Amino acid sequence: MSGFGGFLLRRTLGTVVTLLAISVLVYVVFYATPGNVAQISCGPRCSPAQVHQVAEQLRLGDPLYLRYWHFLEGIVAGQDLSTGTSVAHCSAPCLGVSYQDDQQVTGIILTKLPVSLSLVAGAMVLWLVIGVGTGVLSAWRRGRFTERVLTGLTLAGWATPVFVLGLVLMIVVCGQLQLLPFPQYVGFGEDPEQWAWNLLLPWLSFALVEAAPFARLTRAAMLETLAEDHIRTFRAYGVSERTIVVRHALRGALAPVIALNANNVGSAIGGAVLMESLFGLPGIGQELVHAVKVVDLPVVTGMVLVIGFFVVIANALADVLFAVADRRVVLA
Amino acid sequence: MSLVDVSGLTVEFGALRAVDGLSFTLEKGAALALVGESGSGKSTVAGALLGLHRGTGARVGGTVRVAGTDVGAASEQELRRLRGAGAAMVFQDPLSSLDPYYAVGDQIAEVLRVHGRISRRAARARAVEVLDRVGIPDAARRARSRPHEFSGGMRQRALIAMSLACSPDLLIADEPTTALDVTVQAQILDLLHTLREETGMGLLLVTHDVGVAAESVDEVLVMRHGRQVEHGPVADVLGRPAHAYTRALLDAVPRLDARRDTSVAGDEVVLEATGLRRRFGRGRRAFDAVDDISLTVRRGETLGVVGESGSGKTTLGRMLVGLLEPTSGTVRHDGRTRTGTDPSVQMVFQDPVSSLNPRRSVGESVADPLRARGEKDERAVRERVTGLLERVGLEAAHYDRYPHEFSGGQRQRVGIARALAAEPRVIVCDEPVSALDVTTQAQVIDLLGELQRELGLALVFIAHDLAVVRQVSDRVLVMRRGRAVESGPADRIYEQPQDPYTRQLLAAVPALDPALAAERRAARREPAVA
Amino acid sequence: MSEAILAAEVPGTDTTVPGTSGARQFWRRLRTQRAALVAAAVVALLVLVALAAPLLTALEGQDPTTYHPSLIDSARGGVPIGTLGGISGEHWLGVEPQTGRDLFARLVYGARVSLGVALAATVIQVALGVTVGVAAALGNRWVDQILSRVTEIIVALPLMIMALALLAIVPPGFPRPVLVSLVIGLVAWGGIAKITRAHALGLKNLDYVSAARLSGWSGFHIARRELLPGLAAPVITYAALAAPVNIAIEAALSFLGVGIKPPTPSWGQMLSSADVWYQAAPQYLLLPSGALFVTVLALTLLGDGVRTALDPRAASRLRVGTGRRAERAADRADGASGDRTAASGARTGASGDREEAGA
Repeated sequence: MSGFGGFLLRRTLGTVVTLLAISVLVYVVFYATPGNVAQISCGPRCSPAQVHQVAEQLRLGDPLYLRYWHFLEGIVAGQDLSTGTSVAHCSAPCLGVSYQDDQQVTGIILTKLPVSLSLVAGAMVLWLVIGVGTGVLSAWRRGRFTERVLTGLTLAGWATPVFVLGLVLMIVVCGQLQLLPFPQYVGFGEDPEQWAWNLLLPWLSFALVEAAPFARLTRAAMLETLAEDHIRTFRAYGVSERTIVVRHALRGALAPVIALNANNVGSAIGGAVLMESLFGLPGIGQELVHAVKVVDLPVVTGMVLVIGFFVVIANALADVLFAVADRRVVLA
Repeated sequence: MSLVDVSGLTVEFGALRAVDGLSFTLEKGAALALVGESGSGKSTVAGALLGLHRGTGARVGGTVRVAGTDVGAASEQELRRLRGAGAAMVFQDPLSSLDPYYAVGDQIAEVLRVHGRISRRAARARAVEVLDRVGIPDAARRARSRPHEFSGGMRQRALIAMSLACSPDLLIADEPTTALDVTVQAQILDLLHTLREETGMGLLLVTHDVGVAAESVDEVLVMRHGRQVEHGPVADVLGRPAHAYTRALLDAVPRLDARRDTSVAGDEVVLEATGLRRRFGRGRRAFDAVDDISLTVRRGETLGVVGESGSGKTTLGRMLVGLLEPTSGTVRHDGRTRTGTDPSVQMVFQDPVSSLNPRRSVGESVADPLRARGEKDERAVRERVTGLLERVGLEAAHYDRYPHEFSGGQRQRVGIARALAAEPRVIVCDEPVSALDVTTQAQVIDLLGELQRELGLALVFIAHDLAVVRQVSDRVLVMRRGRAVESGPADRIYEQPQDPYTRQLLAAVPALDPALAAERRAARREPAVA
Repeated sequence: MSEAILAAEVPGTDTTVPGTSGARQFWRRLRTQRAALVAAAVVALLVLVALAAPLLTALEGQDPTTYHPSLIDSARGGVPIGTLGGISGEHWLGVEPQTGRDLFARLVYGARVSLGVALAATVIQVALGVTVGVAAALGNRWVDQILSRVTEIIVALPLMIMALALLAIVPPGFPRPVLVSLVIGLVAWGGIAKITRAHALGLKNLDYVSAARLSGWSGFHIARRELLPGLAAPVITYAALAAPVNIAIEAALSFLGVGIKPPTPSWGQMLSSADVWYQAAPQYLLLPSGALFVTVLALTLLGDGVRTALDPRAASRLRVGTGRRAERAADRADGASGDRTAASGARTGASGDREEAGA
C-alpha cells in the first residue's frame, strides 16, 4: 500500500511542522510580550538582581529569532544555566528552571506526569465504555422508553460542568456516605489496589461527564449509518436487526468516535486540571494552576509545550487510526 | 400458484398515496417490468414485495404473496426467511448498497449464513463461486476487496452475486442500471438475461427507462401516480400502446435514429477552443481530465459532446465558459482569446436544485446578469425578467417565488432564463436534462431548440445520453478519457461510426423494439465468444 | 466539553444544498419544540435577572461586596451565624462563609458576569473564526494553506491550558471579566474557523455560485450575497452551542482561582471554596452549582432547538431526546426536502424517484 505509506509520511511531517509552530507560538506569546519580559517571567516577587539574571538567561539582548533558537536548542540538546552563584547543567529536553524554587522544569513535569496519566487513562477507558455503550443502546432501542431515559441522562451529563459533578460526588460519596476515601494519590508501583481505590471517584466523576458527547455522537453516527442504503440491502436480505445494529451500524460509528476521542484530548487535559485541583491530586494540572497563580513562567511554558506535544501526537495517532478504520479516507 | 400475486396493493406515506390499488401476478420464470416516471410508485411496489415498509410508518393495504409467503401477514421471522432466499433484491446505486467497511465476499457470506446452517468457510467458498458466476475476474482474490475498490459495473455485479447466493425464485431489480454508463448497462442487462435463462428465476424489473424494459422482460406494467396505466406483453405495450399516457411516454423517449429536424447553423465561428488540456493533481497522481481537445462552434449551431462518466466532458464544459482555467490551450470567442468568464458565454447546469440559490427568489436569480451589467432601473429589470420567464414557459407571477416551489423541469427553465438574461451568443448546457423525467426532458429540449432558432444561439450540448445528443446536435464530438475519439456531423457519426469505441457505445444503447433488442444482444455476445 | 465536541455536533461538510431557511420558517420550526421553548424562557429569565441585578439587590437591600463580620462566627473559622447559613429576611439566601457577603446579591451579580463573559467570548470567537474560515476558503492556495495550518494548531492547543497560561502573563490591573472573555475568545476560534471553511468551500462549488460568476459579478459580491447567507445556519448553530461551553469554561477558570477574582462575584469563583463549607452552609455549594447546571442545560437545549430549526435533517440525528415529536412535524412541514436527495442522487443517469424520499 504505497498510498498508505505516503499518507503516514505526510502525516508525520505535518506533525513535526505543527510541533515547531506550537513552540514558536508559545515562545512568542510568553517571551515576546510587550513590557519587561524578565520581570514578567520571574514573577512579581523577584528582586531586581534576580530580574537582571533572568534577563541574561533569556538573552534578552539578542534578537527574537536568536533567542527562540537558543530556547529550541535547549530543548533538543540541553544547556547550562547559571543561577547566580553556580552553573547547573540542564540536560535535554531542557525546558528551563523554575524561578520560584530553582528546580528544573523537566524534572517537575516528570514527577507529576504519572499522576495525570493515571487519571486521564483510567477515566478515558471508562468514558469510552460508558459513552459508546450508552450510544449503542439508545440507537438500538430507538423510540422506546430506554432511549428516552438514556438521552435524558446524556443531556444531564452534557450540561454538568465537570468540576461541579466532581465536587458534589466528593462531598456526598466521601463526606456524607463515606463510601470512598477522600482521594490521595498512591503510586501504581507502590500499591496498585490503593491506586485504583483512590482514583475511583476522580475517574467516575470525570468519565460520567465526558461520556455524554460520546454517547451523543455514537448514537448519531449509528442512526446515520442505519439510514444508509447498505443497511436497506441487509434488511432486504433477511439479516436480523441485532446483527445490523451491532455489525454494520456500530462499525460505521467507529471512525467518528476515534476522531472525537483524539480531538477531545485537549479538553480532557483541561478536565484533568480541574479534577486534580478538586481532588488534590499532585499532577501536572495542579502544578500548572499553581505556577499560573504565582506567575512562574518557565514552568507554565514548559507545561503548555508538553501538553501541546501530547495533544498533537494523540491527534496524529488518531488520524492514522482513523485512516485504518475508514480506508476510504486514504484513497480519497 | 403464481410466484408473485399482488392484489389491491395500496401504500400510503402520511397523506401521500404512493401506490393506489395495484394488482398483478408474475409466474415462475417470467419477467415483468414496472415502468414509470418519478413519483409513479414503482419502487414502493418493489419494497412492498419484501415487506420493507414494515416499521417505517407507511400504511400498506391489499395482499401481497411472494413465493408462497403472505407478506402482509407473515411473522418477522417468516419475512426474514423470504428476504434473500425466496426473493432477492438488487438496488440502484451499487456503491451505497454495500457496506463500505467489509470485504464483498464477507458480505455475501453473511447473507448465506443468515439463511442456512453453513460454516464460515463454506459460505466464503460459495461467495467466491457466485462472484465468479457473475463474471468478476479473479473472484477468489476480489472477494477480499471492499466495495470502493470495485468499479461501478463490478459493484453491481457483486450485488447481483449476492442476490444469487441463496438461489432465490424471484429477483427484484430496482433501477439496476440507472447509475451506470451505457456500455456497462448493456453488460449488466445481458448478465441478468443469461442468469435468468440458466436459473429459471422470475424477474421483476423496476425502471424509468423504457428501453431497459424492452431489453429485459416479457411483460410491461406502466405506472403513473401509483396506479396501473397499461399492462401487457412488452411487444404490445411498446409496439401498440393502447393508452394515451403510454403513447406520450414513448413519444418522449429520444431515439437513436431520429435526425435533427431543422438546423439554423450559420458560418460565423463564435467559440473556438484549441488544444485544451486540464490537469488535476500533482506528481504521480496527476492526470489529464481533458487532453488536447480542439473544437469550433458556429452561430446557430449545436455541438453535441457525448461521453461516459470520467470522459472529461464536464471539465471541458467548465473550461469553455471560463469557470475553470485550462492548463494549456486557448479559448477564443468572436476571434478574441479570453481568460475568465464572459457574459456572452453562459451555462445551463445539470442539477436543477443546486443551480439556483435557495434563498433568493427566482426572479432575482434571473435578474443577476442584468444587475451585474449595471442596470439600475428596477422597472426595466422586472420587465425584462418577466419577459424572459414567460419566454421559457413560466409565468410573470413566478418572479417572487422561491426555487423549492418549483419542479425540476421548471427550475431548469429558470436556469435557461438566467442564461438568456446575459444575452449570450453561446450557451454550454452540461447534462441539462439528465436529472429530468423523460416527458419533461422532451419539453426542455424543445425549448432549447426554439430559442436557438429564434436567437441564433450557438449551443454546446454535453450529455451521456446518445439518443438525446443525436436529437439536438448538428455536429457531435465523442469523448473518452479526456480525448476526442471522433467528431463530425451527427448523421455521419451515428450512421457510419468510424471508431470502435463509438460503435460500441451505439451498440449498447437499449432499443425500444424487443425483437431488435434480442438481435442486438446476440450481436454483443458474439465478440465475447470470439 | 470543547470545540472538538462542538465540531462533531455541527454537521461538517454537508455540501448538498443548504436549507431554505428564511427567518419565518426558522421561528415556525423553533415554535414547535417544547423543550427549546421552555429553555428559551429560562434563558430569558436568567438574562432578565442578570440585567436587573442592581434592582433586585436594591429590593433586598444588600450589595455583593459589603462584608458582614457580625454575621459570621469567627471562632468557628468563619461559619455563618444562624439557621441554614444565615438565611433571614435581610439575607434571603444567607451569607458567604468567612466574609459574610450577601449570597443572593453575589448570585445575581454572578449571573451578570457568567452570562456577560460567555456572550462576549462567543462573539469574539465566532467573529474571528468566520473571518479566518471565509478567508481560507476564498483565498488562493497559499492563503488557505497557511490559515488552515494555523487553525489546526489553534484547535490542537488545549483551550483550558492556553487560557490558564495566558492569564498568567497579563498584568494584574487588567479588568478580569474583559480579560477572561478575550482569552476564551482568542483561544477558541479554531473549531468555528474549520467549520466555516468547510461549508464555504462546499458552497463555493455549488452551481449557483458558478452561475453568479458567469453573470459577471465580482468575487467580493459573490462572497457577500451568495456565500455568507449560506453560512448563517452552521455559524448560528455553532454559536448557540458554544455559548454554554464558554459559560462552563469561565466557571472552571474562576473555580481554579485564575479567572474572575473576588471581590467580583462569579458562579465558578463562588464554588472554588464551597467544598470546605458544605456542612455548615450547603447552599453556598448548591446555589452556584444549580445555577450553572440550569444555565448550561437551558442554553444547550436552546442551541439544540436552534439547530433543529435551522437544519431539521441533520439535527434529527443528534437530537437530545425531547424535541422528537416537534421534529417530525417540522420535517413534514418541510415537505419538499425529498427531491433534493433524489436529484443529487441522479448523477450520470435519470430521475431519482420521489417516492423513495417519501418513505
